[in-house]
Amino acid sequence: MNSAALPNGVKLPDSAHGPASKRIIVGYGFWIFLLSDVILFSSLFAAYAVLSTAVADGPPGRQIFDLRNVAIETGCLLASSFACGMASLAVAQRNPKWTQIALLVTGLLGCAFLALEFREFAGLIARGDGPTRSAFLSSFFTLVGCHGLHVTAGLLWLGTMMAQFLAKGFRRDIRYRFLCFSLFWHALDIIWVAIFSLVYLVGVTQ
Amino acid sequence: MISQADHASSAGGSTDTAPGDDEDGGDVARGVAGYLLGLVLAILLTAASFWVVSSHVIYGPGIPVAILVLAIAQMGIHLVFFLHITTAADNTNNVLALAFGTLIVCLVVFGSLWIMAHLNHNMMPMNELIQQQR
Repeated sequence: MNSAALPNGVKLPDSAHGPASKRIIVGYGFWIFLLSDVILFSSLFAAYAVLSTAVADGPPGRQIFDLRNVAIETGCLLASSFACGMASLAVAQRNPKWTQIALLVTGLLGCAFLALEFREFAGLIARGDGPTRSAFLSSFFTLVGCHGLHVTAGLLWLGTMMAQFLAKGFRRDIRYRFLCFSLFWHALDIIWVAIFSLVYLVGVTQ
Repeated sequence: MISQADHASSAGGSTDTAPGDDEDGGDVARGVAGYLLGLVLAILLTAASFWVVSSHVIYGPGIPVAILVLAIAQMGIHLVFFLHITTAADNTNNVLALAFGTLIVCLVVFGSLWIMAHLNHNMMPMNELIQQQR
């Protein structure tokens, strides 16, 4: 029995309740991983901040950034994060139909984001402004590309989650995996907020 | 003697919450309302930062500061409404981990900028360096 008070009425501290449930341990562990991932991004942000003025003879940010494209990318990722929240609610209700629909919308919006980013990168490289052009462009491609790689990995994970919900139903371990996925997806959106603000928006004003 | 109510509150009252957790079988309308509010606030803040850049409302050199403030506000919105990181007692572990992560991020970013600015300042200008190597 998980009693929180002794028979004589003395309350036990939280630490005496015994280990937390598995769901909390899984979520907390993944939260720690995500924070370490954010620290990885912070080093890329630091490199970008240091090198953002080192344009050599290449173009500065304000010449190559297309804010309309960035706004659409931002909208896609934000809506995708919202759809992921809807999937999370559907999973809590054990509703297979809405889980699949919400995850599909999440994935399609994620794909749209990736396609826009890929088009931007391909355009830059085609004009000769690839990562080898200047230190600024190297750090830009590394930072934004690393986020793009994370989104790609997230999309693979999302496809796996859809298949597992379909094949195995709302089993407890699958729901733990989904909890981690939704944390990952929301965290990617937070990193994108930093990228579109500090790289693109600040970049066009410099 | 443990009363029934006392026992119920101690079992459900002061346990921990996993980040990003949506209550199993919870109220859907309330859940959707929470995510919708987060979405609306995030859209408003995003629109504000794009507007700050494209209009001339804010004094030029102040624009990066305004964007930084809006970005931090939006990250806070995402944390609260999408990742469900709150200041409630059941969330203390998550908040402490976040605080530590934020500390490391600040150390890495501002430390790098500080050190590199000093190195740049102390470095010989590039044309002198090239002349010396001749």
